[in-house]
Amino acid sequence: MPSEATRLSIVLVEPNKDRAIQIIDSLQDAGSYDIHVIAESTGLARAVVAHNPDVVLVDLANPSRDVIEELSLASGPMDRPVAMFVDTSDDTMTKAAIEAGVSAYVVDGLRADRIKPIMDAAITRFNMFKRMRTELETTKKALEERKIIDRAKGVLMKARGIDEEAAYQLLRRTAMDQNKKVVDVASALVTAAGLLS
Amino acid sequence: MRITKLNVGYMPLVDAAPYIIAQEMGFAAAEGLELDLIRAPSWSGLRDMLAFGRVDAAHMLSAVPVAMAMGVGGIPGRIIAPAVTSVNGNVIGVSQPLYARMQEQGTNLDFADAASIGHGLMRAAGETLRIGVPFPFSMHAELLYYWLSSLGYAAPQGIAIKTVPPPLMADALAADEIDAFCVGEPWGSIAVERGYGSLILPVSAIWSFAPEKVLAVREEWANSEMELLSRLTRALWQAGRWLSDPGNLLAASEALAQKQYLQTPSEVIERALSGRLIVDQSGTSRQVQNFLEFHAGAANFPWRSQGSWIAQQLAARLGLDRKQAMTAGRSVFRSDLYRTAMQRTGADLPGASEKVEGGIDARQPAASEGGTLYLEPNMFFDRIVFDPGPHS
Repeated sequence: MPSEATRLSIVLVEPNKDRAIQIIDSLQDAGSYDIHVIAESTGLARAVVAHNPDVVLVDLANPSRDVIEELSLASGPMDRPVAMFVDTSDDTMTKAAIEAGVSAYVVDGLRADRIKPIMDAAITRFNMFKRMRTELETTKKALEERKIIDRAKGVLMKARGIDEEAAYQLLRRTAMDQNKKVVDVASALVTAAGLLS
Repeated sequence: MRITKLNVGYMPLVDAAPYIIAQEMGFAAAEGLELDLIRAPSWSGLRDMLAFGRVDAAHMLSAVPVAMAMGVGGIPGRIIAPAVTSVNGNVIGVSQPLYARMQEQGTNLDFADAASIGHGLMRAAGETLRIGVPFPFSMHAELLYYWLSSLGYAAPQGIAIKTVPPPLMADALAADEIDAFCVGEPWGSIAVERGYGSLILPVSAIWSFAPEKVLAVREEWANSEMELLSRLTRALWQAGRWLSDPGNLLAASEALAQKQYLQTPSEVIERALSGRLIVDQSGTSRQVQNFLEFHAGAANFPWRSQGSWIAQQLAARLGLDRKQAMTAGRSVFRSDLYRTAMQRTGADLPGASEKVEGGIDARQPAASEGGTLYLEPNMFFDRIVFDPGPHS
């Protein structure tokens, strides 16, 4: 069991370097910790065991989490049993962690008040990642839709000898008539044009 | 009927088919349900999503609720299995060097004889054998331990069975992290496709009727939402019946192949659904009876004895009390809830909720409520019969 005086050692499993740096910054703001980042999924179990950490933080979306899960079992190769952080007295924190997409494995016997600042920092940071990802996806989708509509407009302009504005109006009217989205009509047109050419 | 939305978590595997088909082919809608299917990144992640209420139901490894009931599953909480959603379906594969050695040493690689292939594998492996499985508590792990220890190879001491996420299985073989694997489809076929591995045995050759995935729910949710659970159970049963019709093979493969589900070529998925696998680089193909079963032989019935079997295996290798474990194991396979859900549906239900596992070498009639039920072959390769014993 770690003594109160020693700095806790944290292993962070995170393949993305930028994310890893941001998480480290958040954790350093929350307290003084020894933090090691493992980016590779090959040899993950060995690498985690070699660091002998007090806490392991891993993205819930990382498929390698099952490898950490195995280490956490009592019969696993780790010297000190590590359990998934589930403090039954603080269900809300576990729920918040799952919602944010982070899971933590904590060495047995570590006091809850020593873990809380780590979890709080990790949860806040992961929530930010989640928000950024959603925003990025929305932007990406909008961009892809623009591209398809542009290509459909091109197909119409060429086939019917109309200008861009007229081509867009035609797409929009057709979409309204068929009770569909403009992008869906455009996508069908692009596919059909591809087949006919 | 009012449409109720249910969050259902699944892992992108071929045996998630009943959940995907229930939604895609309208079996859920017929029960007034809309399944919001949430793809999970890992088994531990899915288990947590279920335990903490992010999803109402999940496609789950049959050993996970048993392990949790035994108190070895990592997190507390009661997860139960009110239905089995697939039987068999996993496959054992080896690295190319190991496969070549087995061939050189004259192992009869007929994809059927578990005893001779097991001996051949151990002979070719030499000193160490590292086998990847998707999760520590799984039929994959239990059947490997069962197989190798029955053949006289000390397990788990002599053999390293370690967790490797299925999408990384082929890479782990290529990187010499493991020598062999046991995994659910499509990942075995993908290892063959990528040229890193060859398949040597379907797990159905070790136990011909092994409960593989279950419908998993929180016990408290089942208690408060019995009606919803029954509707979901019936929708999954209908989907399983639809999947068992060979005429639906193509449609099923294409539905699963979609980007939002497995994102795998439908041709690869079709191999698992049809039981016709391509096992090595020279394109050898093998037809396996009952490779992956969704319906036949009362496949969805959660036999108490299946829970007991898993529990006694876990207890044996973890050094826990066998009797206590079996009581815990049988308590999560909820045949009572399955009966409630399936009454008056026309589905024929077995008379008993517990049976001897193993010892059925051909399809045979079983005592049932409607008198029309047949059980599929249920044999362990070593012909041992598991008797769960009397229960009060």
